[in-house]
Amino acid sequence: MSGPLIGLFVPALLLAGNKLFGVSASLRDMCAAVFPGRVQFFQYDWRARGGWSLAFSAGIVIGGAIAGHYLNGAADAHISQATRESLAALGVHDQHGLVPSTLLNFGALATLRGFVMIVVSGFLIGFGTAYAGGCTSGHAISGLADFQLPSLVAVLGFFAGGLITTWIILPRLLGA
Amino acid sequence: MSDTRNSRRTLLVYLILGVLFGIVVTKAEVISWFRIQEMFRFQSFHMYGIIASAIATAALSLQLIKRLGVRAADGTTIVVPPKVMGSGTRYWLGGTLFGLGWALSGACPGPLFALLGNGVWVIGVTILSAIVGTWTYGALRPRLPH
Repeated sequence: MSGPLIGLFVPALLLAGNKLFGVSASLRDMCAAVFPGRVQFFQYDWRARGGWSLAFSAGIVIGGAIAGHYLNGAADAHISQATRESLAALGVHDQHGLVPSTLLNFGALATLRGFVMIVVSGFLIGFGTAYAGGCTSGHAISGLADFQLPSLVAVLGFFAGGLITTWIILPRLLGA
Repeated sequence: MSDTRNSRRTLLVYLILGVLFGIVVTKAEVISWFRIQEMFRFQSFHMYGIIASAIATAALSLQLIKRLGVRAADGTTIVVPPKVMGSGTRYWLGGTLFGLGWALSGACPGPLFALLGNGVWVIGVTILSAIVGTWTYGALRPRLPH
């Protein structure tokens, strides 16, 4: 049932105020609000144009906290046995919670593997979504639901990148 | 449309929608690093089912809104701005760069915020880095092919 529920955020945001569902725009709004510098991309009235997106993102953090505290949010995902075995083969034996805490933690930041998984990942996400003009919500859900060809190209890119990381980069990172 | 100031009440509506979204993505296990690995390894239908049914529901809703001429709460006609293809470079290249990061962190922007709410504090570093990434794109934008 969660898929249709997620899809309903598209009409809900349009009805609430003509906003197209998409989360990555909030990253741009944060730049525009905090350190726009002289960069033209960030010269706009972020309160008027991005206020909704910042409120929505703040809400996601709160929603995550509510789910985590009251709805057993950090319960182990019910992933397939095949995935458990594939990850174990790569040395990822800690398969509990939302993320592998042996790989993603503050101490790991000092290692190449941790730095790539925590910091480089974020940079690629921020740079890539701004360049592509949207992320999973804006392109894969809103864009594809509106049959927009550019969004299909972007989504194919998302998967190409994800497959390269999963099958080529991660095995090397984790094997190191 | 953009010159209508966001009243506090409207912002509260977006905040509440965000809260609901945060709860749904957490409970659907969409924010699980392991689920994203499972998806990119084609070992379960879980993520594909969620994404496909989300698109179908959104597409159906959009068709209804367009055909019935439904208006937004502020009275404006609902429009979904078309994206401009141009050379397409920004979509495949930007998309691929994002995908590389998505499978590393196991989360796209929405889930990143939900993970922070779930108390996975190290994701705060990933979010800060994403903001720096977006800023860097903004600075380099005039020199990048689009």
